[in-house]
Amino acid sequence: MTALLEVEGLSVHFETARGVVRAVEDLSFAVERGQTVALVGESGSGKSTAALSLLRLLPAGASKIAAGRVRLDGRDLLALPPRQLRDVRGAQVGMIFQDPMMALNPVYTIGRQIAETLRLHLGLAGPAAEARAIELLRRVQVPAPEQRIHQYPHNLSGGMRQRVMMAIALACRPALLIADEPTTALDVTVQAQVLALIDELKAELGMAVLLITHDLAVVWETAQRVIVLYAGRKVEEGPVGRILTRPRHPYTAGLLRAAQWAADGDRLAEIPGTVPSPHAMPPGCAFAPRCALAEDRCRRQAPPLRTLEPGHVAACFRAEEIAP
Amino acid sequence: MMGLLVFWRRFRRNRAAVAGLAVLLLVVAAAIIGPVLHPIDPFDMIGRPTQLPSARFLLGTDVSGRDILAGLLHGARVSLVVGIVASLVATAFGLLVGAVAGYYGGAVDNVLMRCTDFFLTIPSFVLAIVIVAIFQPSIVTVTSAIAAVSWPSVARLVRGEFIAQRDRDYVRACRALGMKDREIILRQILPNALPPVIVVSSLMVATAILTESGLSFLGLSDPDVISWGYQIGVGRTVLRVAWWMSAIPGITILVTVLAINLVGEGLNDALNPRLQQR
Amino acid sequence: MSPTLAFLTRRLLQLVPVVLAIAALNFALLHLAPGDAADIVAASSGGASAEFTAELRASFGLDRPLHEQFVLFIGRLLTLDLGWSHIQQAPVLELVAERIPATLLLMVAAITVALAAGMLLGILAAMRHRGWIDGILSVVALVVYATPQFWLGLMLIVLFSVTLGVLPSGGMMTIATEMGWAARAADIGRHLVLPSLTLGLFYVALYTRLMRASMLEVFTLDFITTARAKGLSETRIGFVHAARNALLPVVTLAGVQIGHILGGSILVETVFGWPGLGRLVFDALLQRDLPLLLGILLVSSVVVVLVNLVVDLLYGLLDPRIVHR
Ligand SMILES: Nc1ncnc2c1ncn2[C@@H]1O[C@H](COP(=O)(O)OP(=O)(O)OP(=O)(O)O)[C@@H](O)[C@H]1O
Ligand SMILES: [Mg+2]
Repeated sequence: MTALLEVEGLSVHFETARGVVRAVEDLSFAVERGQTVALVGESGSGKSTAALSLLRLLPAGASKIAAGRVRLDGRDLLALPPRQLRDVRGAQVGMIFQDPMMALNPVYTIGRQIAETLRLHLGLAGPAAEARAIELLRRVQVPAPEQRIHQYPHNLSGGMRQRVMMAIALACRPALLIADEPTTALDVTVQAQVLALIDELKAELGMAVLLITHDLAVVWETAQRVIVLYAGRKVEEGPVGRILTRPRHPYTAGLLRAAQWAADGDRLAEIPGTVPSPHAMPPGCAFAPRCALAEDRCRRQAPPLRTLEPGHVAACFRAEEIAP
Repeated sequence: MMGLLVFWRRFRRNRAAVAGLAVLLLVVAAAIIGPVLHPIDPFDMIGRPTQLPSARFLLGTDVSGRDILAGLLHGARVSLVVGIVASLVATAFGLLVGAVAGYYGGAVDNVLMRCTDFFLTIPSFVLAIVIVAIFQPSIVTVTSAIAAVSWPSVARLVRGEFIAQRDRDYVRACRALGMKDREIILRQILPNALPPVIVVSSLMVATAILTESGLSFLGLSDPDVISWGYQIGVGRTVLRVAWWMSAIPGITILVTVLAINLVGEGLNDALNPRLQQR
Repeated sequence: MSPTLAFLTRRLLQLVPVVLAIAALNFALLHLAPGDAADIVAASSGGASAEFTAELRASFGLDRPLHEQFVLFIGRLLTLDLGWSHIQQAPVLELVAERIPATLLLMVAAITVALAAGMLLGILAAMRHRGWIDGILSVVALVVYATPQFWLGLMLIVLFSVTLGVLPSGGMMTIATEMGWAARAADIGRHLVLPSLTLGLFYVALYTRLMRASMLEVFTLDFITTARAKGLSETRIGFVHAARNALLPVVTLAGVQIGHILGGSILVETVFGWPGLGRLVFDALLQRDLPLLLGILLVSSVVVVLVNLVVDLLYGLLDPRIVHR
């Protein structure tokens, strides 16, 4: 059986005044049914761009999906006519975003915003839609849903809004949930609740989750597979246990060390150096300027992805030498 | 000199603005030398009334047998003079109020801005009518009235610019050097605040010309000079039989105002490249 | 007291300084004018002897010191006495109040048309950003901005009344015919078409541009991506999700421009013989009726403030985040 979601050679470019930004380059991965796959990487590494391109949600005009295939249940979403794509969005694939403060329309009640999806994809209207909206809110643990549906987003806290977003995303029992940093903007206690809820619903609905995050602790607790992005390219991918204990790419190792320092209370817990400007990518490995192991060939030529063990790939010439 | 060249290169990129500038220069030329090339007194009754355009009267005659072309050429002078002078006066006054309010802030700002808001509340055209009516219509009163109702928008704009600039490092440095407020306002901040003001006051010329035409259409124009709005008012009395008589000066106003607006947008593109529209 | 009521009260109290300031301005203008009220009345009654003028002056209290006159002036104002029109032989307030409904009708019609059309065209322009509709609309807007309103009115009369003969060229209703209220309303509606179109067209162009810019701004916001991710059509996203948000700044601006619209209606009313404040201004100008003109300035400013208040309340209906306190 094929995987639920298969992404193949996805490249996304932005045309800007200063030239073309290759935000995502030749990205391939798969998400199995019922599985949680984490997409990690520093800010600007192309996580959101990749996630949004899956459903062709990037703003038209400046952005261009330059190449690739995104197959959901075998159907290529990138080649789908707009009408059919709209039937996939919100029905087979649900999506939630980083900033719940901005993700809901401020001038409509949340009941109306949930009911909108129900009507569009399930043909529910009037009292039936309202009852269903209340049920959904209850399912995502929003207290007093009968009153909430008549409220506006500004009446709700960030955590509540993110739950509302989940109610919308899950309204049609999608096979896949794409969650783009769903907890970054929330308080720590609320973060844990929202993540636990995602996990619970995932088990209940049997859906797969593509979780975008830069929090490795979250990855450890929820994901089965991890994809590490750096400067728009996949640099490592593997099962969560292996990636987080025995990384085979210096960037992943750096991320882990930084997370360790952060856990120890170091306020400057970051990999030294900065991500190269998207307008001035180095010719070889994009991580080479920050890498302690970099040698001449790294700077000349980009290392290809290599399979180190079954299900574990990394793009580093010296993958075998990396200390756990 | 270099600055001027750069400015022109940027301005030139907006082709509509260049076209507007060409038309505007044509109108200015018509105002300056038109009455010389076409030396006919616009108040003289020189032919049968209400004639269609012909070889003798290029744009026809009005209800009193006056040459419409002569009226247009003299009217161009009135429109341009009133428009430009009113806009200059309003800009100067608005600059003064806005600069003082923005630079000093506090109570001064409060009082000045209340006055400004007050003037923004009153329907400006009604106020202009009242002023001209009370002081009797003349070029001077019409110009003053238009200036009197136009300055508040400049004052608001300038105040905003001054507030944005007054705490910048370079201004602090000037203060530390013991420079006088007057000098800081005029020599240091003003040049930085000027570009958007230039754009607004160039667009204000267009509005002023429209206001002037409205006033003279109501009969509030200097009785000694002819103006476009007055010509429309005269043509209106025979609108049913001779519509072109009102149409011609109206189109002239439209074209002139359009040209000024295009030039204003070009100035905006050239002076405030940051603020370019999508 | 409910919060909305408190808000209303506070806003109405804000009228007081505005009215006082206009009164002061009026007073100043009157005294800066060449000659005083007595001279004007004397002149308008066909040239009078010096004694008669002096008598008038005394009867107006114009021989008293300036500050006393000012106190008297304000005192009269507080009892809603805006003065006396010696030419029409009637209290100014009465003359002005009579005309307000017609002007309000014209303004409301024009603003409604302008907001509806401007919203629709602005949405279309933004959804077809840089397309041919967008291009044509921006050229048309440029031309409309440059067109003198009163002249546009004249040209519309030439086209629709003189040439085509489909719409009346002036007045507010057909006089000297008895008709039921429905027929009367239809009759007024027919008379309203050209004036409101003339007054509204400029604002159609303006609101179209504003709405377009506002829509483009809203299109970059996150909740639009959410709407797309829900599977909604672009039409629904544009008209339902973006439009309602984009409308907010446009309504704010419409509120700010009430004074401008009122000024425009003076000219438009003159062109179409619409029996509102504008016509009253025109008549007052012809007869040099200064007290009446000043009364109109005062009342029209009050109208602007009040209409602004209504716009603010409407805004509250559009934006659930606003609670009037
Ligand atoms: N609309 C755009 N126009 C031009 N460049 C863009 C645009 N959106 C994103 N980019 C560029 O694409 C790259 C990837 O951005 P993206 O938002 O996908 O990163 P991210 O991994 O989601 O970061 P974050 O953790 O901050 O959300 C960045 O270099 C960014 O500058
Ligand atoms: Mg992101």
